[in-house]
Amino acid sequence: MAELYRRFGGGLGTLFLALVAVWLAGMVLAPNVMMIDYALRPNLPPSQIGGANDVYSLDNILYLANEGVHRAIFLKTIWASALVALVTFLVCYPLAFWLAQHATTNQAAIVLLALTIPFWINEVLRTLAWYILLAFRGPLNAVLLSLGIIDEPVRWYGDGGVLAGMTYAYILFMLFPIYNSIESLDKSQIEAARDLGASTWRIHWRVVIPHAKAGIATGCVFTFMLAAGSYVAPALLGAPGSRWFTEIIYNWFFEGGDWNRGAAYALVLLVLCLAVVLVTLKLARVSLTEVAK
Amino acid sequence: MSHSVELHQVGVTFGATRAVSDVSFTVEGGEFFSILGPSGCGKTTLLRVIAGFLQPTEGRILIGGKDMAALGPNQRPTAMIFQSLALFPLMPVWENIAFGLEARGIAKAERRRKADELLKLIALEGFGERMPDELSGGQRQRVAIARALAVEPQVLLLDEPLSALDLKLRQHMRAELRALQKRTGVTFIYITHDQSEALAMSDRVAVMSAGVVQQVGAPRDLYDNPATPFVARFVGETNAVACTVKGIEAGIATVDCAHGTLAGRAGDGLESGASATLYVRPEALKPGNSADNALAATIERVDFEGAFALAHGVTDDGMQLVASISSTDLAAAPSIGARARFGFNSVNAVVLPDG
Repeated sequence: MAELYRRFGGGLGTLFLALVAVWLAGMVLAPNVMMIDYALRPNLPPSQIGGANDVYSLDNILYLANEGVHRAIFLKTIWASALVALVTFLVCYPLAFWLAQHATTNQAAIVLLALTIPFWINEVLRTLAWYILLAFRGPLNAVLLSLGIIDEPVRWYGDGGVLAGMTYAYILFMLFPIYNSIESLDKSQIEAARDLGASTWRIHWRVVIPHAKAGIATGCVFTFMLAAGSYVAPALLGAPGSRWFTEIIYNWFFEGGDWNRGAAYALVLLVLCLAVVLVTLKLARVSLTEVAK
Repeated sequence: MSHSVELHQVGVTFGATRAVSDVSFTVEGGEFFSILGPSGCGKTTLLRVIAGFLQPTEGRILIGGKDMAALGPNQRPTAMIFQSLALFPLMPVWENIAFGLEARGIAKAERRRKADELLKLIALEGFGERMPDELSGGQRQRVAIARALAVEPQVLLLDEPLSALDLKLRQHMRAELRALQKRTGVTFIYITHDQSEALAMSDRVAVMSAGVVQQVGAPRDLYDNPATPFVARFVGETNAVACTVKGIEAGIATVDCAHGTLAGRAGDGLESGASATLYVRPEALKPGNSADNALAATIERVDFEGAFALAHGVTDDGMQLVASISSTDLAAAPSIGARARFGFNSVNAVVLPDG
């Protein structure tokens, strides 16, 4: 902050700080405070707002705890998001390793371009593409049928479809942090491990992954948070049996008309996601500042 | 007895670049063998071929009499010490040293015992729990050596491991490496561009230039009897005098040059009438007229180096001349700007054919 003042002087420095403060207050703090406020109040008709019944309570949050179906979907959303992060990691790690350590400059440029181009299109449209691919009478089933791999079309919509759609949607969020961290690994480290007789598996487990830990944690945190808060993929690629918690929140707001209960649900999701992330980082011994980099 | 390393007509080509061509030599078991050459001469490529990181384009490599063609670096009886040392920064010292044992599936208690043993060997007892970045440059160096020795290699390959150290430490580590090699009896193949390092430590040295081995020999032999102009110029300081061979008698060549008639030992392949170069070391040049041959020069400057001084002069035809004068004789040294004569004995010069 002293640096800011030294560089821009008192007037301009204060202005910058004020702008940041306004932005933080208006875009981050205010909505969250409002959400907490909504979550803790009962849903009342307009005439009773501010009346005797308008008191703070934990009723909306307790409702989630006692409602079996919602609770199950909530817990499922948490572990399914973790699964999405895991699958995305398994897909990205070999690719990131190859890009960072083996690919020539040209190969890396082509692959990164190929991976980035789909992201020039809106997420909804990309998910819609998967919607078409995975359709009961869609191209994927047609190809698998003609190859004789399956005898009758498979219903991909549901858990499998959601997993595929999300993994695809979040690949870059996982790939880039891991790629960056593996790229900084000195090649001679891998060669030394190999020279000392280590198998490929041990080289990764003992040398590459520990080095890339912060990048891996960053990718997993991104992917987990995005998956838990995702709405498009479950809405399009899901089935009635694979409901996502965000869909329940949406329903409270726009179909149930109960903004208070919706806010309470959103608050619980936010708090639990944060808790999962912080505990995971703690277990992996990665600090939050490393992730922020 | 540790293994010998044989190279038979080894060549390496990268695309259109010929990095190493037709290299053949044999390193005896238990020998300290150096490969000396300027950077880009192919010496590191050659080391990586011996280690198994690179496949040679042609030729064969035998270690302990066994062909290494089908074996990767993790299957060869070699261990490499990298220029960067490549210690694993996230493992404590003892795990670094025991990494090769871990890869061989040896139990933790045994690994720890072996690591402590090696720490004792390199005089770093009690440093096992430290992290590599808590060690000094010389200590890291020793840990890298211990890590390589832990897998009990027959051949240790060293890729300029001392280049990052300062002069004093480098000289100390030279002696230590040499002693360690004698104690363990492991065959050392040591890569360096520093000729004094190669001369001081090695049993034998191979001098490389542009992918070709110029000469293999004991340090003294290379210095006194260079086989090619490159070796004469690269190993140690020398004065090169362009000349034409007049005649060769009893191994001494008489040559004509701008300074009159000179004589020196005849190198291989020297023929009467051929254009050649006479090489004479700065320390072979003595002020005065006492010797068989003499060169006259005007002294330009005298660089004091401590134990000796280097007198730089220019001959009448513009050739640079360097003579080494012992510090104890400095009082009698020619002064700057003066014309002086330097003499040398024929046995201390060598005449090699050009080209």
